[in-house]
Amino acid sequence: MNVLSKVLVAIIPVVLIAGCSTQDTKMSDADDAVGSQGSMSMTPATQDGDSVDTSAVTSAVSSDSGFSGDALDNPASLLSKRVIYFDFDKSDIDEASREIISAHAAYLTDNPRASVVLEGHADERGTREYNIGLGERRYKAVARMMALQGTSTRQVEGVSYGEERPVAMGSDESSWRLNRRVEFVYQGR
Amino acid sequence: MFAWLLVVMFSTNITVQAALTIEITQSAAGAMPVAVVPFSWQGEMGEAPLDVAAVIGADLGRSGRFSVLSRRDMLAKPHQADQIRYQNWRLLNVESLVIGTVRESGGGYIVQFQLFDVFRGTQLIGYSIRSSASGMRRTAHQISDLVYEALQGEPGVFATRIAYVTELRATDGSRRYSIQVADADGYNPKPVLNSKRPLMSPSWSPDGRKLAYVSFETGRPAIYIQEVDSGEREKITSFKGVNGAPVWSPNGKRLALVLSKAGSLDIYILDLASKKLERITRSYAIDTEPVWSPDGSGLVFTSDRGGRPQLYRIDLAERQVKRLTFEGKYNARASFSPDGQSLAFVHSEGSLFRIALMDLKTGAIQVLTDTGLDESPSFAPNGSMIIYATESKSGKGVLSAVSIDGRVRQRLALQIGDAREPAWASHKK
Repeated sequence: MNVLSKVLVAIIPVVLIAGCSTQDTKMSDADDAVGSQGSMSMTPATQDGDSVDTSAVTSAVSSDSGFSGDALDNPASLLSKRVIYFDFDKSDIDEASREIISAHAAYLTDNPRASVVLEGHADERGTREYNIGLGERRYKAVARMMALQGTSTRQVEGVSYGEERPVAMGSDESSWRLNRRVEFVYQGR
Repeated sequence: MFAWLLVVMFSTNITVQAALTIEITQSAAGAMPVAVVPFSWQGEMGEAPLDVAAVIGADLGRSGRFSVLSRRDMLAKPHQADQIRYQNWRLLNVESLVIGTVRESGGGYIVQFQLFDVFRGTQLIGYSIRSSASGMRRTAHQISDLVYEALQGEPGVFATRIAYVTELRATDGSRRYSIQVADADGYNPKPVLNSKRPLMSPSWSPDGRKLAYVSFETGRPAIYIQEVDSGEREKITSFKGVNGAPVWSPNGKRLALVLSKAGSLDIYILDLASKKLERITRSYAIDTEPVWSPDGSGLVFTSDRGGRPQLYRIDLAERQVKRLTFEGKYNARASFSPDGQSLAFVHSEGSLFRIALMDLKTGAIQVLTDTGLDESPSFAPNGSMIIYATESKSGKGVLSAVSIDGRVRQRLALQIGDAREPAWASHKK
């Protein structure tokens, strides 16, 4: 009988919970995360890169036609390159990436009001929290290089998404190499 | 043998929610033969709100410890003790028999069941349990637990819950992340948090009432603690840089977590009452994925301080660090068995990432899975199974469970979206 009374005691709260949670299975449509009960709406502290298209963009503007406007918008500039790539489980920066980073460092020095968020990413292999560490190490390697070139640390922030936001969905090296990356996400653009 | 289980489960499935389905990917030899006779129905309406016997049969089959007799093979379907002809069941090599009745009673239901030893012809246990239409699946899991314990001599885990992360990708490329809480068989999934930005690392409090997790909802990672039933929550840490991998101490008073505020990722312990934060590791390496030993005396964590990710143990009194894994190129994200004798973790020799089990006394490693992107192992509270995340052939994130001897594997496949990071609550609801 002891076991039975335990079972009965256990059932009562379960029934109560089941009764009051029926309307909560519908997903919230709010923009930001909302607890499904006793909800608490959060305002994002900063914009993330959702609206920034970081893939290659072709353009009709040729480099010798005389580009006017923000250098960030010049497709012929190294600044149009907003992603650099890494080897598996590595945060080393290759020569081509150094040039891209230098261009962004110089831009930020010339435009003290501009600011950038460096998003560090990893491919899907390995464990999720370790990959958060890897993404962090990658964006910090980029930030360190920019600081050495005199970019104010106030203009550069970083966030690691680990393997949580891949750009390529395949499970092979052609996707993985695109996902091991740091993205430059300029703010307020 | 399992075909009817699938059929029955589909036909009795509550189609309102995207329920999980179960496949047996590898069967066990030497499982105990058991029959669960369809429960009789005593009520004014057409039928009982749930096929209780089907749920019990599926539970027992999924544990890997039982082979469940198909209904088609039953010679009779008794629902009272005096209707049982034991010789019929002996002919079918059935060792244990479950019969029962669902009865309407005062606006609710009474579920009555009895478990018999077929060879002795004696009753082992029998109970009447008050239930409701919405609570009947829970009642069925509780009966499964009683049957499991009576026959296996250790507590069952069918009435427990799991939490996991799901991700849905829309055609426009937008993503929807959720933390779901479901019964251990994957039914009754309910989102406790939805976000357009990543959610990670759900971890149950030892009493099974709260979840700690990481949310990127502000564009930066922060650790939250949320009461599962009320939805109330509290932001615990949002330091600059990484806030990750929260995990409750066995006594529920402290949270081990990972911060990068001092430079590289290090492990900290937060006292939840005093909010005092103590730094545990100091290295330039990535130190992450802490897990408490069941006695609370130490943490096992992942570190690449030796060049590659490997598992280490730190003793919290002496602060001595000892490397635990040496085989393989990648050993990470450990989960302690409830008895503290072994660790499950992600293991790789190179390209494939699999779940392995290490005996802490001998250091011997056994690889339990044969897929390639396996991660996030979490022990069942009775130590009999490990739930983990893997990828289906079509590249979908799915949850699977494997018995600790590696013989029985089952997949719990979400019908919509990708599922990952399962965490098995240690406490019964």
